[in-house]
Amino acid sequence: MTAPPPAPLRPRLAVFKFASCDGCQLQLLDAQGRLLEIAERFTIDHFLEASSRDLPGPYDIGLVEGSISTPADVARIHEIRGQCRFLVTIGACATAGGIQALRNWACAADYAAAVYARPEYVATLATSTPIAAHVPVDFELRGCPIDVGQLVELLTAVIVGRRPRVAPHCVCVECKARGTVCVAVARGIPCLGPVTQAGCGGLCPAHDRECFGCFGPGPQPNLVSLTGFYQHHGTPRDQLVRLLRSVSAWADDFRMESDRLEGADAAAKAEAQP
Amino acid sequence: MSDAASRTAPVRRIDVRGLARVEGAGSLRVRIGPDGTVEIVEFAIFEPPRFFERLLVGREVREVPDIVARICGICPVAYQLAACGALEAALGIRLTPELGLLRRLLLAAEWIQSHAVHVFLLHAADYLGLDSGFEIPARLPGFVENGLRMKEIGCRLLEVLGGRAVHPVNVAVGGFHRAPDPAAIRGLVPDLEWGRDAALAALDVVSRFATPAFPQDYEGVAVAPATGSLAADAEAGPRIVSTAGLDIPCAAFPTHFVERQVPHSTGLHCLHTDPGATTGGRPYLTGPLARLNLFRDRLPPTARRAADAHVAHPCRDTFQSIRVRLVEIAAAFEEAAGMARACHAAVAPCRIDFTPRVGTGSHAVEAPRGLLWHRYDIDSAGLVTAATIVPPTSQNLARIEADLRAFLPGVLDLPEPEAARRCEHLIRNYDPCISCAAHFLTVAVDRPPAGPCRP
Repeated sequence: MTAPPPAPLRPRLAVFKFASCDGCQLQLLDAQGRLLEIAERFTIDHFLEASSRDLPGPYDIGLVEGSISTPADVARIHEIRGQCRFLVTIGACATAGGIQALRNWACAADYAAAVYARPEYVATLATSTPIAAHVPVDFELRGCPIDVGQLVELLTAVIVGRRPRVAPHCVCVECKARGTVCVAVARGIPCLGPVTQAGCGGLCPAHDRECFGCFGPGPQPNLVSLTGFYQHHGTPRDQLVRLLRSVSAWADDFRMESDRLEGADAAAKAEAQP
Repeated sequence: MSDAASRTAPVRRIDVRGLARVEGAGSLRVRIGPDGTVEIVEFAIFEPPRFFERLLVGREVREVPDIVARICGICPVAYQLAACGALEAALGIRLTPELGLLRRLLLAAEWIQSHAVHVFLLHAADYLGLDSGFEIPARLPGFVENGLRMKEIGCRLLEVLGGRAVHPVNVAVGGFHRAPDPAAIRGLVPDLEWGRDAALAALDVVSRFATPAFPQDYEGVAVAPATGSLAADAEAGPRIVSTAGLDIPCAAFPTHFVERQVPHSTGLHCLHTDPGATTGGRPYLTGPLARLNLFRDRLPPTARRAADAHVAHPCRDTFQSIRVRLVEIAAAFEEAAGMARACHAAVAPCRIDFTPRVGTGSHAVEAPRGLLWHRYDIDSAGLVTAATIVPPTSQNLARIEADLRAFLPGVLDLPEPEAARRCEHLIRNYDPCISCAAHFLTVAVDRPPAGPCRP
């Protein structure tokens, strides 16, 4: 990841949307009460969800929400990359493919038929993939949704022309900082906190439940060790597969581990057959 | 074509390729015939489909609230509560009154934040002839600033109850993962009281906006609230009612309302039909106007007085919807303050336990945009075997197109950008959430594929 290029006085900001729920864009409209301040520091030239003002590029910074899931998306993201000096993916869809990447394990034609009576009207790709699978990305903001504090930090960094500072550790560190008793150790709940990037503030364990990986894989995660620990303490493999296959399912580390567990499960079942 | 020429020539085509200030990606295509009649009106959705109903199959019941939240970042709570209600019905779980109250409070918080975003950042600019809410402070000092504070208070209430405002983590089948802190809830009472008054003050402001008159004959459909004016009760099977006299149990929804796929859109059109009919059906309206027309007498006192002062009964004009949303913001603040004052002890138990069993359940709640209906089949292991989700915007799509057909003849003589702007305003009256509308189920298709849309 690189620092953004030195920005002009009022950088031109554009926000683009692909397959997503709009929740990360909504965080921009929240921005801890700093929305109007942000609107003054940037020229918001393309942000369809919030403004009819729509000016052509090039833009100084482009925020991209959503995953690539249709043939038209593929062409559009290349065009957008060409228009943006500094391209940032916001959220789990843009960064990892999102919850809709669950279709990547199934046959997309089958999916469309299940939802639409006349699937031939619906142009869709077999996969939902992150932006970085198609074009180079300069920075990624993780989360489902992204954290407002990290978003404000990103925009501030763009204005002053430095690299954004986001936490480089895993959710466990946030639980310790918050004083949350570990749900995995104390209550035997399988939790992805040890392998998930920080940013949420350790939200789920603070609500007596497992982390399900909104912010995607953290630095050097040891998935095999963690799932081995949970299996040793009685969690069935299929439950761990589902835990990994949530909003960050298609992120490399989570995907490889859920595939490995699923393969082991299938092998074990085959062996059990007489 | 010069400006002068475009003012005199009839509009031949109106294309709004990227509809602004709505949630999700949509477009509008209109073609006007040689004799000036409106030939094609398509409010198209090109939001990519995400196949939620399919990807829920095989998931464990307790994972469902976290998954369906991701359908919509603007109204995730409505999705979570509709799913929880349906799954609880399937599992035979009955919530305690205390848990029911916390759920209503959670939904009130979402109404506040979602309506505030729409009214102040997305919709008000239409009445002022501006491109966005960012431009309003220069014109109307304090208006948007107060609106953003209302939104902020809604978000803080969502955080206290659900952990975070977008995709709350604390909503569970059977209740909440952790009991929300009653002191933190009560601590918001002064803000909630401020919010009610601020919403009423904003209602006075928008009531002075120049507003087009566009009365239509709508059939309004909504979930009947068991308590108060917010339809979020999970305790009893809710009823679905309409201004035309329909009154059915929630589970009967599919026999009265059908979804039909149309070629220009990834969203399905929902129509009100007679039971047993395989073709036809009529558009209907869901959302704030439908709710007000059906349940005006259920509003809390202050919001009721404000509604009577500013909104005709029945309200038949979606250009008045900005007023109705402010009435609902005031009502939600008023009800929320009352509920928050009553939160003295942490709810116990915070979650009703359950044993997986084979079952089917449906539930409906009022999302900010209107009726949201869910139905699930589950197996003995507690895995979902089928899911059906009918979001409010799909139900309003046919009604939006019918409105556009009636509205267009009145704007055809305007220059095209102005005509397009007014059509967009009409669409935004519905606060369409296109992300929601772009994924749901099937049913009958009785419309042949349309021919080429452009000459």
